[in-house]
Amino acid sequence: MQYIAPTTSAAAVAALAACNGDARLLAGGTDILVRLQADLVEPDLLVDIKHIVACQHITEDASGFIIGAAVPSAQLGEHARLSQVWPGIVEGMGLVGSTQVQGRATLTGNLCNASPAADGVPAMVAAGATACVVGPNGTRQLAVEDIPTGPGQISLANNEMIESFSLPPRPPRSSDAYIRFIPRTEMDIAVVGAAVNLTLDETGTCIAACVVLGAVGPTFITVNAAAEALIGSQVDEAALQAVQNACSTAATPISDKRGTAEFRKHTAGVIARRAAIVAHSRALA
Amino acid sequence: MSAQTKQFKVIGQRLQRPDGIDKVTGRARYGADIDAAGMLHGKILRSPHAHARILSIDTSAAEQLNGVMAVITRADFPTPHKGFEDVQDNCMAGDRVLYDGHAVAAVAATSKHIAKQAIKLIKVQYQVLPHVTDVEQAIQPDAPVVHSGLVSRRVPKGFSENVVRYSSFGHGDIETGFKAADAVLERTYKTEATHQGYIEPHACMASMGLDNRADMWVCTQGHFWIRNMCAGVMAMESASLRVTASEIGGGFGGKTTVFIEPVVLALAKKSGRAVKMVMTREEVLRATGPTVSTMMHVKVGMNKAGRITATYAKLFYQAGAYKQATVDFGAMPAFAPYALENVKTEGLDVITNRPRTASYRAPGAPPACFAAESAIDELCQELGLDPMEVRLINAAKGGTKSSYGPTFEDHGLIQCLEAAKAHPHWQAPLEINQGRGLAAGFWFNFGGETCVSVFLNNDGSVTVTEGNPDIGGSRASISMMVAEELGIPYEQVRTTVTDTGSLGPNEPTHGSRVTFAVGLAAIKSARAIIDEIRARLARMWEVDVTDVVWQDGAAHYTGNKAGTFEPLDLRQVADIANNLGGPIAGHHEANAEGAGVSFGVHIADTEVDPETGFTSVKRYTVIQDAGKAIQPDYVEGQLQGGAVQGIGWALNEEYVYGEDGCLQNTGFLDYRIPVASDLPMIDTVIVEVPNPGHPFGVRGVGETPIVPPLAAIANAVSRACGKRQVDLPMSPPKVLASMQKA
Repeated sequence: MQYIAPTTSAAAVAALAACNGDARLLAGGTDILVRLQADLVEPDLLVDIKHIVACQHITEDASGFIIGAAVPSAQLGEHARLSQVWPGIVEGMGLVGSTQVQGRATLTGNLCNASPAADGVPAMVAAGATACVVGPNGTRQLAVEDIPTGPGQISLANNEMIESFSLPPRPPRSSDAYIRFIPRTEMDIAVVGAAVNLTLDETGTCIAACVVLGAVGPTFITVNAAAEALIGSQVDEAALQAVQNACSTAATPISDKRGTAEFRKHTAGVIARRAAIVAHSRALA
Repeated sequence: MSAQTKQFKVIGQRLQRPDGIDKVTGRARYGADIDAAGMLHGKILRSPHAHARILSIDTSAAEQLNGVMAVITRADFPTPHKGFEDVQDNCMAGDRVLYDGHAVAAVAATSKHIAKQAIKLIKVQYQVLPHVTDVEQAIQPDAPVVHSGLVSRRVPKGFSENVVRYSSFGHGDIETGFKAADAVLERTYKTEATHQGYIEPHACMASMGLDNRADMWVCTQGHFWIRNMCAGVMAMESASLRVTASEIGGGFGGKTTVFIEPVVLALAKKSGRAVKMVMTREEVLRATGPTVSTMMHVKVGMNKAGRITATYAKLFYQAGAYKQATVDFGAMPAFAPYALENVKTEGLDVITNRPRTASYRAPGAPPACFAAESAIDELCQELGLDPMEVRLINAAKGGTKSSYGPTFEDHGLIQCLEAAKAHPHWQAPLEINQGRGLAAGFWFNFGGETCVSVFLNNDGSVTVTEGNPDIGGSRASISMMVAEELGIPYEQVRTTVTDTGSLGPNEPTHGSRVTFAVGLAAIKSARAIIDEIRARLARMWEVDVTDVVWQDGAAHYTGNKAGTFEPLDLRQVADIANNLGGPIAGHHEANAEGAGVSFGVHIADTEVDPETGFTSVKRYTVIQDAGKAIQPDYVEGQLQGGAVQGIGWALNEEYVYGEDGCLQNTGFLDYRIPVASDLPMIDTVIVEVPNPGHPFGVRGVGETPIVPPLAAIANAVSRACGKRQVDLPMSPPKVLASMQKA
């Protein structure tokens, strides 16, 4: 197994393209190293993207935030402005692993590992985030929601990498939230996750919303019916009940060691409703 | 002087633990830290099937891999000594694999990587057989049979051959008792298997010479038993195997038997090299010794005054792929906290296609206590009685004929209940969706085979040599007891856990026995030193030995020539010992008798989320009789640790098996032991009712604290959510489903 740490995305992509065997990208390494230890993968090439400058920083301008692909979760949490504008994205990623893991784990890895239960993904999808994807033929923008295609499956080619994410500019009275259900209080994997992103007008009426579930299907589920219930409402009891019902209906979980399908369907609604309440109170604040 | 009135100088203080600095600085050597020159790395190939016949094993490709020094299968093991057949079969499968993870072959190679590669090159042909992992399914007459022909004579008819043992305990006539009751409750309870969850995985390093004499370094609770079992499995003389125990990162009963150790020995023998093996967490969960899973029918009768009129329990304990006696240790203590006129318990041992169960802290008692204490709590609700008063009314005392036969000596159950009743926790208000659970629990405690030597060094310091790996602070406690007895400072004593070549046999660190039994032997060894000093000084002073007394750390002459001889302290005695006949040592070998029973009472407050069934533990208090707490920090640590493991068992820990009979949660991600943020600070109250069987009154404290929490949490959750919980673990899906049921 070969390990390289290029300093440009172009060099990283060239190395991916040149590899005949199994090439893998390494950002924080919190998934790939565990899989290596467990003998689940045996890559021929590991390409570490942490030394690529374009992957290292969080920046903000008029068009919104750009988050480098190698930025660890701890750095998201320490970024006061990002935490204020996109608290749901920061708190989702902040639930992954332990304090030590937080110093390494990235949104990119969480997305590309493509676990249906990824805590970092629903809020990114709800935010309408896009990924800057670098490949042999240059750069393209891809919606985050188009990246995971199934458990462990993503739409990127083997010779492509994510360099950064872009979050859109934020209208006033907007906020987001992510809540997950686990049987413990930390160090666990979501049994159900729900992200809500919404914008209110001056009268407190919801004018934009997106509700996304995690861990209740092969990949995240965007629940349009829940968003529609919020839009035009004051995020009142009737709207919240509609969100709950819509999310329970939309969830397509399986029964496994982490919970029964029946439980997950029910809890998807409960958690989505709670996420909507939090996002709403943040937007009002 | 009785233990109660004795004034102690060292005992009872919160002194520094001798292993603390080494453990926090990394100097302590655990199982995986032991290396030897030229050492090989061992790895085991494990069965992917729950039950299968091994048709063939082809190891040729693995043997040809560069760096592979030995490949072994069962064919490389000798016929074991009588009584070790099951142990050998569990360490390396014979013609059948009996559970997912059962060892099939092993390799030793020059690197871990090569060992892993070699394992993949071994080709095993299996004929998959029908399997059964669930206790309820396993007892059905048409269930797949794990072993034929093991059924004991007393086992009732109507079950499959998997029900292999039957035991019963009790006295009086339960039918008469049930007729006298105002309310009779009958319930069936279930618990799932759990794992001890020790943080350090099993690790072992061994070498064997051409003369078949071997040395082993291993992480274990009892290296003398490791030696005996390895010798039994490998058909060796015990004396030819010397075993040294490493520091230990948890055991809780799971490290009192062998899994990888005989395999490492067989690899060392075949390769002629030192071999080390360290289990992965997956191997630990799949192929060491978890607990029983259970199905328990319980019937309890109570009158309106709260007096229990009769109790009955029929316990089915699933004990893995081999016969075990764990169910007896559920049937005996189930109703032990109560003075009962009519009690009957029956235990049925059930074998399945699961790993051979091992001990886990009061093995067998927590599930039975959960069932018994749940039934009593539900009857209290039904009859509108205070669960604390009901327990006080029925509590067993000194002189009570116990539910399992013997008559109790003095013990502290009543004092624990009184302390619980007086504790602010018991009266604290509860909020919405919260419930308070109470449970009492019991464990026998044990003494057993013990050998200790105490040496007076030339400078007057004292070395204690004992044979029990220190899991719960025993080196500190033993040093403290020896210092107390000799009248010297704690710092003047060092207790060392020695290898099997340096002492006679010692049972493992199990049965809550070490502070009691090893402490007792150490005290007696110290007394032997005192007696030897008195005899030698009497000869030197030419006085009667009865006039030489040991007091406050020095020999005093008390005869009629008083004033003639200056007292001599231990350092002064050591200085002249050589001239008085040479080194001075004391030793004691015995089966320690008189281990006092220990009772505990737990109070738990839980809050249940009505929308998700999620339980949070809001407050938890443990009250337990320690007899005499030698080092209270360690006693409190045991009480807290037992409570935490019991909370895990109650709420989220479980072995999850798939339809294929394979374990699905083979890591700490999905085998959910509680993390720190899941728990409140566990409050503790130490009650001290001295054990008459120990000079300082010590009772074992390590096991009792895991007995009540399953019931305490279940009673709290049942009261919080309004639905009686009868199925552990009370994971959110189960609790929510119970709440949604009309």
